[in-house]
Amino acid sequence: MPMTRFEDGRLQEHPILEFERKREVTIYFNGKPIKAYEGETVAAALYAAGIRVFSRSFRWHRPRGFFCAIGKCSACMMEVDGIPNVRTCKTYVRDGMQVRTQSGVPDAEKDVFAVFDNIIDRFFPHGSHYKKFTSPKPLRNFVTRQLRKMTGFGNPPKATFGGKAGYEEIDVDVLVIGGGSGGMSAAINAGKYGAKVLLADENPFLGGQLVKQTHRFFGSARHRAGTRGIRIAKILEEEIAKLENVDVRKETWVFGIYSREVGAFQRGDEDKLLRIRAKKIVVATGAYERTLVFENNDLPGVYGAGGVQTLMNVYGIKPGNIGLIVGSGNVGLILTYQLRQAGVEVAAIVEAMPHIGGYFVHAAKVRRLGIPIYTRHTILKALGKRSVEGAIISKLDENWKPVKGSERRIDCDFICVAVGLSPTHELLYQAGCEMKFVPEVGGIVPLRTRYNETTVSGIYVAGDVAGIEEATAAIMEGRIAGIHAATTLGYGGDEAKQELEEAVKDLEEFRAGPFGERICQGLEKCVIGSEVRI
Amino acid sequence: MKYLERGYLEKDELPPFPSKERLRKKSVAYIECPQPIPCSPCYEACPADAIKMENINDPPEVDYEKCTGCMKCIRVCPGLAIFMLRLRNGGIGEVTLQYEFLPWLKKGDRVRLLNRKGEIVGEGVVNWVLPPERNDHTSLVRVEMPAELIFEVRAVKPVEVRK
Ligand SMILES: Cc1cc2nc3c(=O)[nH]c(=O)nc-3n(C[C@H](O)[C@H](O)[C@H](O)COP(=O)(O)OP(=O)(O)OC[C@H]3O[C@@H](n4cnc5c(N)ncnc54)[C@H](O)[C@@H]3O)c2cc1C
Ligand code: SF4
Ligand code: SF4
Ligand code: FES
Repeated sequence: MPMTRFEDGRLQEHPILEFERKREVTIYFNGKPIKAYEGETVAAALYAAGIRVFSRSFRWHRPRGFFCAIGKCSACMMEVDGIPNVRTCKTYVRDGMQVRTQSGVPDAEKDVFAVFDNIIDRFFPHGSHYKKFTSPKPLRNFVTRQLRKMTGFGNPPKATFGGKAGYEEIDVDVLVIGGGSGGMSAAINAGKYGAKVLLADENPFLGGQLVKQTHRFFGSARHRAGTRGIRIAKILEEEIAKLENVDVRKETWVFGIYSREVGAFQRGDEDKLLRIRAKKIVVATGAYERTLVFENNDLPGVYGAGGVQTLMNVYGIKPGNIGLIVGSGNVGLILTYQLRQAGVEVAAIVEAMPHIGGYFVHAAKVRRLGIPIYTRHTILKALGKRSVEGAIISKLDENWKPVKGSERRIDCDFICVAVGLSPTHELLYQAGCEMKFVPEVGGIVPLRTRYNETTVSGIYVAGDVAGIEEATAAIMEGRIAGIHAATTLGYGGDEAKQELEEAVKDLEEFRAGPFGERICQGLEKCVIGSEVRI
Repeated sequence: MKYLERGYLEKDELPPFPSKERLRKKSVAYIECPQPIPCSPCYEACPADAIKMENINDPPEVDYEKCTGCMKCIRVCPGLAIFMLRLRNGGIGEVTLQYEFLPWLKKGDRVRLLNRKGEIVGEGVVNWVLPPERNDHTSLVRVEMPAELIFEVRAVKPVEVRK
């Protein structure tokens, strides 16, 4: 068994990664001091300190841990320095920070209301709060107030805003929202033809999902195949740095598109509100992870696969001792290999389909390490009280029903759900783009032209938000969207137009294999005629 | 495609073996990558034109006579699907594989030999390594083993864990 050194829940070495831990600081969790390093999120530091229960559910007061680790599921919300409902997986530690769980008495870990989980339905069936304690008015007011407290929505802020709030107005040709592979590529390709570009990402780093991809990528050498995802992020960032007309704003969260004006909030020495006027907008906001229905799927220890990758590969924190992986797509298979590289055991991979979902070569990599892959199997339930202590899996018959008597217990202390992603499309809805449900590409996606322009002229999409695929395709889509945006603004001349057609052809060729077949079927349903002329 | 139900190849699904004569001459690339996936760095890396691939989605096929054993392909394969095979005198064989775990293996280390399912099938000795820092953290490890195992052994683990 490969050995990797751990100390205080943190990896001390890794075959591929080097973790630079900055200054050691102390944060306070429900009053208790916790060691952390600058650059870590609150959730990561708490996890390293062995804390698994981050909140309690509203009604039943069931324990909740983190799930996504990228700010999309809200299971990790706590009160931070007096401000309620802060996502601790997106908040970076600062010396002396006061963090409190906001649901449960006295705290989320030992919540006395946990008894509700067993009795609440008997006395207060769903909807009963509309009928019980409704009069007299003082009683209703009193009960409402107490119930609000118990649900854990947090208390009104005790702290007043102490920082300096600035304001900036910016005019650009092309605004790119999201600095993952799709967004970076769009910024480079619009920028290289001379367009004035602003690239905004809510993280303090560029790269999006790439920053946790320690494996070498597929594709062709031209698409940087054989290079690790983490290095591709760096290469793209260097290309951006060379372009003076591309302004990169990190820790900048875009909250709204109001016709061609965009509102964003930038953190920094001075927090500020940005009002961005952009002639073209490329939305490259990526995707979030789906979950799966099974008993106790909300138990701390049931995590999104990407969440575990973030914890392990970005912050160097050990997710557990032995994991169970649900889903054998590339994400599940790669995560399994990465867990073993970090010295974490994997009990098994379960897959509901009769065959492995990802690339055979990824499966062979983990199979030869002795990790079983159970196809036509599913997870029935997670075991444990406050966190995962095991799981029950079962065979599935031809009708996808569990086979009686085939149940089996798997010993594990965490479960990774790797059953796919859904596009992060909220901004597109808000901007008024026409959307459509296309299961082949991961859910609700915008209609777009072959140049990735949506039904709102001047708003483009690139990467997972346009349909779940992978990084190489995201880079190629970013290239198409970026060049089209630049050329329709008059930049680049014939050269740009020629490259645009090449870029479209490249992507078609890339998708021509059997793995691209489903994508192409999906695209047929959401690509509209190319009425946007150049 | 039965191999997609199991996650490993059975005998009848393996690519053709190079001849004994070829295996004795010098090491040869043996590629276990049967599924059409959009991937081609092995093909692009090969200076001897020994890897056949019609398009990026076509599985690679090695011409064992053209392969010079230069190891350019095995250095970059993201699927860890390439193995360099060789037969030596005295019933000894060698398999070179990509290795990305701690502790890094060194020349002289004894290793457990694992087959495609992860079962231990014997013990071998590392007789050469390309250190991880020379290949962006993918070490290449050449392991000496009984000749009859070179078409079976596809992973290794250190025998004793060094501190
Ligand atoms: C485990 C795993 C393995 C993978 N393996 C491969 C592989 O081998 N090969 C391959 O090609 N691909 C692989 N991928 C897929 C690849 O990483 C993604 O498809 C790709 O990163 C998508 O890029 P993107 O730019 O669309 O989104 P992301 O990389 O998700 O980037 C989106 C960015 O937008 C930011 N953002 C979102 N909303 C806002 C907002 N409102 N304001 C500001 N910023 C915002 C986010 O912070 C994020 O940085 C893998 C993915 C995973 C999870
Ligand atoms: S070892 Fe060298 S010659 Fe042989 S297939 Fe690989 S790259 Fe080509
Ligand atoms: S580089 Fe590896 S995974 Fe890619 S096609 Fe070649 S052998 Fe297969
Ligand atoms: S939002 Fe923090 S874990 Fe999902």
